[in-house]
Amino acid sequence: MMYEVRDLQLSLPDMVRKPLLGPAPKIDILKGISFDLPKKSVLGIVGGSGSGKSTLGRTMVRLLEPSAGHIKFDGQDVSHMGEEKLRPLRRRFQMIFQDPMSSLNPRQRIGRIIAAPLELHGWDNVAQRAIEALVMVGLPESFAKRYPHELSGGQRQRVGIARAIALQPEFILADEIVSGLDVSSQAQVLILLEDLVRELDLTLAFVSHDLSVVRRLCDQVIVMREGLIVENAPTATLFTSPQDDYTKELLAAIPLPDPDQPFN
Amino acid sequence: MIAYLSIRNLSVSLSNGPEILRSISLDVDAGEVHGLVGESGAGKSIIGKSVLGILPRAMGITSGEIWLDGVNLLSLSVAQRRRRIGALAALIPQDPLTALNPSRRIGPQITRRLVGILGWSKSAAQARALELLKEVHIENPEHVMRSYPHELSGGMRQRVLIASAFAAEPKLIIADEPTTALDVTVQKQILRLVGEMQARHRTALLFVTHDLGVVSKVCDHLSVLYAGMIVEKSQMRSFFAAPSHPYSRALLAASPKYDDLSGGLVPVPQAVIDQLDGEITAFDKGSRT
Amino acid sequence: MLCSIQSYAMRDTRSEIRPKLGIRLWLCGGWLFCLVLGALFAPWISPQDPLAQDLFAARLPPFWVAGSEPGFWLGTDSLGRDVLSRMLHGARLALIVAFIAGTLTCLIGSTLGIFAGYYQGWADRVISRFIDIWMAFPPVLFAILLIAVIGTGMTSIIIAIIIIDWTRFTRVVRAETMSQSVMDYIASAQVAGRGKFSTMVSEILPNLLPTIVVLLSLEMGIAVIVEAILSFVNLSISTDSPTWGGMIAEGRISIHQAWWVLVFPLIALFLTVLSFSQFGEGLKDRFDPVLR
Ligand SMILES: Nc1ncnc2c1ncn2[C@@H]1O[C@H](COP(=O)(O)OP(=O)(O)OP(=O)(O)O)[C@@H](O)[C@H]1O
Ligand SMILES: Nc1ncnc2c1ncn2[C@@H]1O[C@H](COP(=O)(O)OP(=O)(O)OP(=O)(O)O)[C@@H](O)[C@H]1O
Ligand SMILES: [Mg+2]
Ligand SMILES: [Mg+2]
Repeated sequence: MMYEVRDLQLSLPDMVRKPLLGPAPKIDILKGISFDLPKKSVLGIVGGSGSGKSTLGRTMVRLLEPSAGHIKFDGQDVSHMGEEKLRPLRRRFQMIFQDPMSSLNPRQRIGRIIAAPLELHGWDNVAQRAIEALVMVGLPESFAKRYPHELSGGQRQRVGIARAIALQPEFILADEIVSGLDVSSQAQVLILLEDLVRELDLTLAFVSHDLSVVRRLCDQVIVMREGLIVENAPTATLFTSPQDDYTKELLAAIPLPDPDQPFN
Repeated sequence: MIAYLSIRNLSVSLSNGPEILRSISLDVDAGEVHGLVGESGAGKSIIGKSVLGILPRAMGITSGEIWLDGVNLLSLSVAQRRRRIGALAALIPQDPLTALNPSRRIGPQITRRLVGILGWSKSAAQARALELLKEVHIENPEHVMRSYPHELSGGMRQRVLIASAFAAEPKLIIADEPTTALDVTVQKQILRLVGEMQARHRTALLFVTHDLGVVSKVCDHLSVLYAGMIVEKSQMRSFFAAPSHPYSRALLAASPKYDDLSGGLVPVPQAVIDQLDGEITAFDKGSRT
Repeated sequence: MLCSIQSYAMRDTRSEIRPKLGIRLWLCGGWLFCLVLGALFAPWISPQDPLAQDLFAARLPPFWVAGSEPGFWLGTDSLGRDVLSRMLHGARLALIVAFIAGTLTCLIGSTLGIFAGYYQGWADRVISRFIDIWMAFPPVLFAILLIAVIGTGMTSIIIAIIIIDWTRFTRVVRAETMSQSVMDYIASAQVAGRGKFSTMVSEILPNLLPTIVVLLSLEMGIAVIVEAILSFVNLSISTDSPTWGGMIAEGRISIHQAWWVLVFPLIALFLTVLSFSQFGEGLKDRFDPVLR
């Protein structure tokens, strides 16, 4: 198993309701999440906006510390591991963030942004590897010299993808990474990811609102709602015979590229 | 009769030469939704930024006209243009997190425009903001008004920006991929809301998106962009019935459809790209002579 | 290559864009550069000894007015001392104070600000509380008190300026750091395995630099003013070495007989403060990649 997640709970301090003195009350964001993610598989995470998908992702790569429950990465319990002990593991799991602009340092060139993590883990030839990663996601080499604000939204999103795959991690959490790409680039990136899963034994957790993409890419899907998993099923089962009402509602709301589809 | 927003032969280029937009023309009438689809990096966002006069410093408009509400914006002085745009138009930007000020609460960021530009009273603006947040289906709007941007989820931030664009009842909205972070049920509700707003205020809407499914639900017309050039402009229904340009056909073929496992997930074929590159070279030659 | 995956790179015809130096940067930079040169080489380029009095050559007008004498380009004061030479020597003190006080204030204030804003927790609580208490005192009074206790002199001026102004740096840098720390690129550095301190230095600091540079150059301008004010009220260094503030004070007395004694130092002071305040903005305009 790449990941074993058991009864994962997370609460964050609610700064809005924080009294002037004393600690802030907590809001529960994840309320007990359990699932298994086998190696070399693709897990789709779908669900309502604000249901805690990104927070789950951040907890899995240990940007956040769970308030209860366990996360096992490749057999090791990482739920409360300190930053020092986590560091050697960090190369092995990566996250691609939802908001591409804010995940790129505005005052670093793209080449630097991709190369920095490689350097940190003591790789050689980092500039060359950074350029290779850029080319793999379909961007020209010359973009290495640009700053993030000089790119279009979709180009920035691909830089985020390049940064994560350059490290050749074993696990990538991809948070909404194809929503800003045109369908053709989307296809390229998805094919790339499929190849990485097949050839480099990558395990992927794929957060997306695009259920058509999820159906094409994922082996297993979890549907989240308000911090809970309402359905966890193999992709084919989920799409052909959804059990939960919320899943059915989601499936019914997918807009198809067809003006005659009944909608509303 | 001139359309509410009319862009004519607009060309934009970088200060050191390369062209970003190549003689773009499009019309959006009041009460109409015009979709912009196309390659990522084709210049869709730059079209919106040219209209609103917020181009990056390294870019400039080299030729063309932008008519908004019967006035050519490019013939106005900078101050006049800014005032006119401030009163008539609003943008739903592509990057929700960076468009919001990280160190200010959400509430003032929505009401600022109402109070500052349109001269509303503070309490009226506050009430309006709450009402709008409810309309974009944010639960617990009071809480959200007092949160900081990083305490919201991606989709919530995007809805906050949609609400603040609607706040001042603008006559023109430029929506730059406004539903990328929304789940399909919320997206459906937002699209319905957009439809209602349109009907009520006869807003002209320029709608940038990559999702042809969304296009087929809201747009009346659409333009397909590639490398700063409009390769096809058609009516929505005729586009889906029979796209005329091979690039449009390739895009439709590449669109993933959840109910059809065999379709989708094919990049645009090299032959089509070669043809497009040929068209661009021909265009550049033509414009130079 | 990672694996044999076909790539579809797009065209890119753009080359690097280099913005031009703005007129503002030229003017401010030019004036400051001349001033620094003048101050550095004052002993060699001054036409006269700045302290030499000559009552027979008192109140000579500047060179273009009838009755002027060669060698006293900007005239002399009521004791017959050459105004230009005194201004050049006065610039030394003004600039030394500006650079040392500005830099120290900036270093102290920004360091506290970035630590408070980034580490938050108790570091932030201690520093913020301290600023609140500090701001409750009128710092100018505090500075004058300090000079009264430890005496006049350049060190006192510099310490006084630091006391008055470090909080400005701390507050601005702290706020800016806090808004940068919630950006995902910080989380991204953590995911890549970068340590906390290293993230602060290599990810956040470059994003604060434009703000810090603007504040620093503003602060140097303020230091020049503070130095001039303190010399004006004679709380600066010993009375015999020339200072702009001291010259202005003397010139004020003889304004009706010799306006130049007042006007030239005033102009120099004004231009210097203006240049400092605009120089930072100009640098940011030219060198901040995000503004291109
Ligand atoms: N730092 C924080 N402080 C307080 N609340 C937070 C914080 N971060 C997230 N939340 C709350 O947690 C909930 C889940 O957020 P999350 O970003 O995980 O949602 P999501 O499923 O990714 O949604 P979306 O699809 O819109 O991106 C939201 O209600 C959000 O307001
Ligand atoms: N500040 C800038 N300097 C130089 N080039 C830029 C700048 N901003 C954008 N570009 C380039 O202009 C082109 C058009 O960008 P634009 O943001 O309009 O694309 P887009 O069609 O909105 O794409 P997406 O769907 O990915 O958002 C891109 O190729 C981009 O690299
Ligand atoms: Mg999210
Ligand atoms: Mg865009």
